[in-house]
Amino acid sequence: MGGRESDLVLLNSDGIRCDGRKIDEPRRISIKAGVLNNANGSAYIEFGDNKILAGVFGPRDVHPKHQSDSNTGILRVRYHMQPYSVPERKRPAPSRREIEISKVIKEALLPAVILESFPRTAVDVYIEILQADGGSRCAALDVAAVALADAGIPMRDMVSACAAGKVADTIVLDINNEEDQAGQADMPIAVMPNSGQITLLQLDGILSTSEYKKCIETGLVGCKLVYELQKKALKERYFGGQGS
Amino acid sequence: MTQNGMPNMVMPGDVITREARRAGQNVVLKGDMLVSSKVGRVSVTDDTVSVIGLAGKYVPHIDDLVIGKVISHSGQAWELDINSAYVGFLLATDVFGRDFASHADELSSKLGMGDLVAARVANFDRTRDPLLTIDDRDLGKIDSGVLVRIAPGKIASLIGRQGSMVQTIEKATNAAFTIGQNGLVVISCEGPEELLRAKKAIGVIEREAYLPGLLDKVTASLGSGSR
Repeated sequence: MGGRESDLVLLNSDGIRCDGRKIDEPRRISIKAGVLNNANGSAYIEFGDNKILAGVFGPRDVHPKHQSDSNTGILRVRYHMQPYSVPERKRPAPSRREIEISKVIKEALLPAVILESFPRTAVDVYIEILQADGGSRCAALDVAAVALADAGIPMRDMVSACAAGKVADTIVLDINNEEDQAGQADMPIAVMPNSGQITLLQLDGILSTSEYKKCIETGLVGCKLVYELQKKALKERYFGGQGS
Repeated sequence: MTQNGMPNMVMPGDVITREARRAGQNVVLKGDMLVSSKVGRVSVTDDTVSVIGLAGKYVPHIDDLVIGKVISHSGQAWELDINSAYVGFLLATDVFGRDFASHADELSSKLGMGDLVAARVANFDRTRDPLLTIDDRDLGKIDSGVLVRIAPGKIASLIGRQGSMVQTIEKATNAAFTIGQNGLVVISCEGPEELLRAKKAIGVIEREAYLPGLLDKVTASLGSGSR
């Protein structure tokens, strides 16, 4: 697996990547909580060139009723890309990829969310990709976790996600769109930062055992950086930037 | 940090303490640690550690006073939106009395869609939706006033110690407050100016409920001569 043929220099001899970053440097990340008035919780993230909005409703009545569970609440996630989020217009109907990402995000959030407190209800997470760059599933997961906390949904821990990958035979943190297309491997990771439990781990590409270990370690460093920014966004929203 | 070495403001997943204490509201026990499950303020009473959540829907507790908005009715009961994950039910017999007959009495003659009702939570558990009652003094349909929403976690700040905060606002604005534990507040006052001042004071509480010196800030927002 060598990625796509490209003239792009993904990593130069000085260890600088195609967008000017070092190998262990994430893209610029900013998160803001509570950006929508009508949702119960919301957040907005800019993760490199990704621009993503998340809104949470619930816990609320389940419709259709047959989905409701008398022992616990249910979590429903919709990851959706706007038609203008990519250079070629994307058809707005859910694609195979969007359905898959909705599923993996839901499964990555489930261990953190305490749904047992709200039997017979649903928590709905709507994620809109306004502008897509590489690593949108991780950014979507980050913003969804902040929106859930903003909605006051009880959580065992936050969920922070970041990708690592292999580019020009080197393990790098937070791969962008070009590196995703032309690189050798992409590994999105999500973790519950306080407990250290990994809730999402995917790998597209081939890595040796040592590369695999290094890739996870690198990704977890990125998750930790994201976690600090998630906390900062919530502190700004609720404590005016204060907080212990 | 609070005086017992615990953090004051917490996020989901934050460790509050490793001391042997009981986990109260919005706190989960993870191994030997008490961990917060919400964004909020830590509150310690006796040996119980709780987090007063600053966000989220109202969780009904029996005997709480709530303000509900009628959203629907069946032949036997009204359904009220009480800003919770669950819809509150108010039985027709509670309003019509024991001689209620579903074939003869029309529920919409007493309470219509959108009407506000002050009620008490009579019963609630995991298996059933909250049952409301108006069978008490000062409960029932609210005929006048303006509805204001505040996060349910900030209701305690709005009331203040022994009602000091709400009394200050009521005195300064000549308004009467009906406060529901579910975060719905009805303000009744004489003029629009008083109403605006009361709403402004609630806005200060909504924004700064977590900061010290809240009463002084609210008093300042109400203008001079409010005390």
